[in-house]
Amino acid sequence: MKKRPGLASMFAVYRRELLSYLTTPTAYVFVAVFLFAIGLFTFQVGGFFESRRADLTGFFAFHPWLFMVFLPAVAMRLWAEESRSGAIELLMTLPAPTWSLVLGKFLAAWTVAAAALVLTVPLWATVNALGAPDNAAIFTGYLASLLMAGAYIAIGSAMSALTQAQIVAFVLAVFASFLLTALGLPLVLDFFSSVVSGGVAEAIARFSILHHFDAAQRGVVELRSVFYFVSLIALCLSFTALAVDARRGG
Amino acid sequence: MLLQVDGLRKSFGRRTAVDGIGFALDVGEIVGFLGPNGAGKTTTMRMIAGYLEPDEGTARIFNIDVAQDRRRAQERVGYLPEGAPLYGEMTPWSFLRFVAETRGMSREAARHAVRRAAQDARLGDTIDRPIETLSKGYRRRVGLAAALLHDPMLLILDEPTDGLDPNQRHAVRDLIRRLGEERGLIISTHSLEEVEAVCTRAIVIDQGRIVADKTPAALREEHGSLERAFAALTRGEERV
Repeated sequence: MKKRPGLASMFAVYRRELLSYLTTPTAYVFVAVFLFAIGLFTFQVGGFFESRRADLTGFFAFHPWLFMVFLPAVAMRLWAEESRSGAIELLMTLPAPTWSLVLGKFLAAWTVAAAALVLTVPLWATVNALGAPDNAAIFTGYLASLLMAGAYIAIGSAMSALTQAQIVAFVLAVFASFLLTALGLPLVLDFFSSVVSGGVAEAIARFSILHHFDAAQRGVVELRSVFYFVSLIALCLSFTALAVDARRGG
Repeated sequence: MLLQVDGLRKSFGRRTAVDGIGFALDVGEIVGFLGPNGAGKTTTMRMIAGYLEPDEGTARIFNIDVAQDRRRAQERVGYLPEGAPLYGEMTPWSFLRFVAETRGMSREAARHAVRRAAQDARLGDTIDRPIETLSKGYRRRVGLAAALLHDPMLLILDEPTDGLDPNQRHAVRDLIRRLGEERGLIISTHSLEEVEAVCTRAIVIDQGRIVADKTPAALREEHGSLERAFAALTRGEERV
């Protein structure tokens, strides 16, 4: 009668969470606004047509900055809403391992992000109609973007586990995401190099999301960057599980 | 022994919520937790259900320590949290399916279990309506059905009839009585009348301790009425 207990729980949580995204307007609004914003940035700010090049670099360049705001909004309800409504008590008195709940919720939010990415396919079709882009590089870009989205959602999930208020989870997640993204920016780097030696500042930059996303934008999948995003996700989800389990202590 | 509780203690910061509670429960017993707000009833139930870990003491279900082997113990307990929190946007059908599958049941087993629990809790044709559109009484029944899904031997129901109208209360009490015939039940309540109507045993809790553990009839005999028993055994002052 029983499947592997943890996996069955994970899929049950995943389905419920995804259904909840589909039956409430929030996810649709976020995806729609994200698509509008990415279009605006790509065409207006990124100069998609003016650059007269058939590629999507102008499109991908804005992903970290948009994800940083949109994905915390998708992830903010994951745990905060459970605590506010009290349903967390129900969830935590079911004989399911904590990791299965954490992973199920994370995967559902990641699916929403993936759906938003899939809906940008018309842009890809446009560059292919206009010229002959390097489709392998574009594919790599999408892959890197998807991994990066996972990292932002994992950060959002961790912040959501800390509070009952979705808006607090959102603000904390945007802040944490900004720090982690901007570590690689000259602005922040300059600050660090004024405090610590250049070598250390360089090392700090290597921990930034931007650093690893940019590497992937050059069309090569660096194992290092894949490893970076996967570890970041694992780290944030472990933190989420710890924060959720800490409730049992009162 | 279905449930054996020994020396349970739990503090939140400097406030001691549960201060050494111990009792045993057998199949066929329906125990009513009585006590003023803040006496420690909910905290005790939460520790037995594995939501909170005790600072000290143990709760054992069929000799499985809830804190040590939480998931195995939880497989044997059905729990209705206070206020019966649910996911409002779901229908009882999809909600119960979710709970069954999170409990690790296969889809087939889950379908079967949901049908049986919905029948036991008398959900009727509300099964396909969004939970947020249901009356309080039906929502409570959905929570009860969720606690019954895996046919547990031990049921812990935190204020199962709170906020219900007299008819709804009557229906839930009937259900509790029926369930208690071959299981062990703990319910918490503020209604002394309810203890008389359904419980085989009353445990009065005050300031985190058990101050009486008797049959409702014995309590009444000693104090003249359950109201007087309640007033004499628990301190009147309100706690925040």
